[in-house]
Amino acid sequence: MSRFNRFTLTGLVMLALLIIAPVVIAQTDWSGGLPLLTRIVIYALAVVSLDLIIGYGALVSFGHAMFFSLGGYVVAVLLHHTNMGDTIFGWEGTNSALLLWPLALLACALLGLVVGYLALKTRGVQFIMITLAFAQMVYFVLVSLQYYGGDDGLMMDMRNTMPSIQLDDPWAFYYLALTLLVVWVLFCRLIVNSRFGLVFQALRQSERRAVNLGVNPLPFRLTAFVISAVGTGLAGILWANYAEFVTPDMATWAKSGEFLAIVTLGGLGTLLGPIAGAAVFIGLEQILTIWTEHWMIVMGPMLVLIALFGQQGMLGRYLKGGRHD
Amino acid sequence: MTEAGVSAADVSVLSLDQLHKAFGALKVTDDVTLEVRSGEIHALIGPNGAGKSTLIAQICGEMRSDAGRVSFKGRDVTDLSAFKRARLGLGRSFQTTQLCFEFSVLEHVILSLDCMEGGSFNLVANPRNDAALREEAMHWIGKVGLTGRESRQVANLAHGERRQLELAVSLARKPHVLVLDEPMAGMGAEESARMVDLLGELKGEYPMLLVEHDMDAVFTLADRISVLVYGRVIFTGTVDEVRRNPEVRSAYLGDEAC
Repeated sequence: MSRFNRFTLTGLVMLALLIIAPVVIAQTDWSGGLPLLTRIVIYALAVVSLDLIIGYGALVSFGHAMFFSLGGYVVAVLLHHTNMGDTIFGWEGTNSALLLWPLALLACALLGLVVGYLALKTRGVQFIMITLAFAQMVYFVLVSLQYYGGDDGLMMDMRNTMPSIQLDDPWAFYYLALTLLVVWVLFCRLIVNSRFGLVFQALRQSERRAVNLGVNPLPFRLTAFVISAVGTGLAGILWANYAEFVTPDMATWAKSGEFLAIVTLGGLGTLLGPIAGAAVFIGLEQILTIWTEHWMIVMGPMLVLIALFGQQGMLGRYLKGGRHD
Repeated sequence: MTEAGVSAADVSVLSLDQLHKAFGALKVTDDVTLEVRSGEIHALIGPNGAGKSTLIAQICGEMRSDAGRVSFKGRDVTDLSAFKRARLGLGRSFQTTQLCFEFSVLEHVILSLDCMEGGSFNLVANPRNDAALREEAMHWIGKVGLTGRESRQVANLAHGERRQLELAVSLARKPHVLVLDEPMAGMGAEESARMVDLLGELKGEYPMLLVEHDMDAVFTLADRISVLVYGRVIFTGTVDEVRRNPEVRSAYLGDEAC
């Protein structure tokens, strides 16, 4: 079966599962099911975005939590001022997602542009460390924002509003998040196969060859980095609305590490693999935390085993295979 | 290539003018002046450690020169970065194959064609579905003798085939000069002979700077030969002149040419 068909088939199976799962769970008396699925879908959005630059560009960002947190904080902070009746630079504020979300995404794009421009001057381990350093800066800025709760974070009094979609309804919220995930995956797939994507992937495989074909590496890598930042920021926006709460924890290096672990767990450079990775990671976290607070004791060795013996993560071998030599 | 009134052989496409490069006290490129004229194959030979790879890096813009000038098509490109020189039409192959191993042969040539202006930021169009691009790519794949291999992944090509693909990737861009860094390296006798035939066919169409250890290939293909020893060009001349020159024989050719 060709690679294209494997991608389509896997994608459709995943989509069917994610559509049906809440309906099935609703038949049981398990109230945590829908929130769990919502978390999986939100995480999936973040890790698919991260996979775009790691799997296809070998740009290992260890700081993507900064975009996750920024997306969340922008909507939470603006909502906070709106509800307080403050004006923001003379603007009365709004609770409309159609306005707040694009603003938050714009902020993530700008941060991605600055961080990416500086970090992409380096390669390999230096790149990892620089992205980590920037994320730590964002983290400490958030902690120091006493007005917005500092360490304790900032509660949102309500979710954002959207015409004809009740974000307060957990079902509507879940299916909105799922729709955004589907659109984002299709968009990433389009990019990967585009003229841009061909060059971006060539830079990973042989930068020297690409440069000697006339390619200036920085603009290509920076574009992908910004797109990835925006996708992760969208996940952060959804997270803030889901939890109705933002904290500096969203920006910790541990969060960036989780994203990295999930991408690796699911299969680098497959877009769909990380979604499966998110489901397994978040699912296991849920199950193991019931059993013990120190759930990482079990999760850690499992990740090591999958990394060592897995077929390029859970779905890497399958999704990358099937291509006739 | 030939302009009215000017003999093709007179036009210099690529010229190096008193080029220098030193790593500390070691002069790797020492006052190198060299010229590749349109239509000619200019071979660069020299023992290991003569500074050939460094010189190529300076020509292609991967390494800055300490002093001197590199001119390409009459334009001073000394301060241009590698990708800008490539866009001007400087094509090259590498001593160790530099290819994108996950692409298919066809994808790789399409990439090369699509990067003529430095690559596109079109996030939507799939270049693999562009019939004109595919057709042109197939033309160059055929030109280097890889027809039938177009859907094969580069990682699964034999060594000789990868060398052929490197050539196709460069040729597809209609380069104004080809810098070939040991195109026969690591090849068996049969593959090597095929590459010599191929380069022979391309001779006249593309000016080439050919760095090669295989003396039979060099003497078969080259119009002129420059001999590089310890970073200096000790002699430039025709094949016969190089064969006869005693300095060259003692420095490099040894018994091989006798």
